[in-house]
Amino acid sequence: MRLQYPPDVRIIQVPCTGKVDILHLLTAFEEGADGVFVAGCLEGDCHFMEGNLHAKRRVKRVKEILDRVGIGGERVEMFNLSAGQGGRFAEIVRDMDQKIRELGPSPIRVAHMKGSGLHEEVAA
Amino acid sequence: MIRAVGKPLEEIIGMVQNFDRILLAGCDGCVTVCEAGGLKETKVLGSALRLYFTQAGQNKVVDETTLTRQCDKEYLAQLGDRIDNYDAVVSLACGAGAQFMVDMYKHKVVFPGVDTCFIGVTEERGWYTERCQACGRCILADTGGICPIARCSKRMLNGPCGGSEGGKCEVSPEMPCGWQLIYDRLKTLGQLDRFEKPVDPKDWTSSRDGGIRKIMREDLRI
Repeated sequence: MRLQYPPDVRIIQVPCTGKVDILHLLTAFEEGADGVFVAGCLEGDCHFMEGNLHAKRRVKRVKEILDRVGIGGERVEMFNLSAGQGGRFAEIVRDMDQKIRELGPSPIRVAHMKGSGLHEEVAA
Repeated sequence: MIRAVGKPLEEIIGMVQNFDRILLAGCDGCVTVCEAGGLKETKVLGSALRLYFTQAGQNKVVDETTLTRQCDKEYLAQLGDRIDNYDAVVSLACGAGAQFMVDMYKHKVVFPGVDTCFIGVTEERGWYTERCQACGRCILADTGGICPIARCSKRMLNGPCGGSEGGKCEVSPEMPCGWQLIYDRLKTLGQLDRFEKPVDPKDWTSSRDGGIRKIMREDLRI
């Protein structure tokens, strides 16, 4: 399909979004991710019945935590799409990339960069 | 088992914000089962606190550990060689475990990480209900195995009261009337004749009315 999407997205494969844990998402932010999204199957189409619904609840909890700790819950999202929707995947990545760029770097990454003297570079 | 819920993050942040080295101590007992203070919840809290303090520009150490139980000295003693590395401890055990940690480490600041709620059961994952108030003198044998102390809002011994309607308690339309449950149960057992004899006043000296309680088992003591 040769679809284009921003290259600064790191894809982590899991067997099902039901495997995605709250700690996986929080750790990504601790490590300096500016945003994370979970791409699950369409609701009602989970091969394991409810994996994507479990993920949906976990993403909601992580949003609440991020709001409370000053990172912002809007930096994590969940999308549902099928394996045949490559075009939709590229569209989601572009939208999420744009949204995160508008939000700016994560306060955690800024703090890490301040510690290493690279803050100005990130801010620029 | 004892049921608890995690304290609001803001409350825990407020408790520990003046300390630089913080240890989060979970418990593998009851609070693990109700997913309030086990290894997982301790790690989530640790991650949340690190995120908060990092974005706030505060350089703090937040470490996590869990103990098999915090209501036994043998397990609390496992913190002995490292607790002095920290300025404060947040115990995610029940109130009993947190207080026992204070007993053992008298010089250390210990904060509660959970709100201890009641002795209850798991209706479904994430849904817990109260079943026992630990009154110290069980009367389940007289009430068809359903406790009016824990499950009647008024803790009545001769119910139901006038607030029981359609099998529900007047406190809440979703709350079953404890005495309706007892009536239905005794009816199923063919023991409704128990309602013909009033129950005598309960001896509350085994409950909190007798002061702080203890159990002394001479046969077990070493």
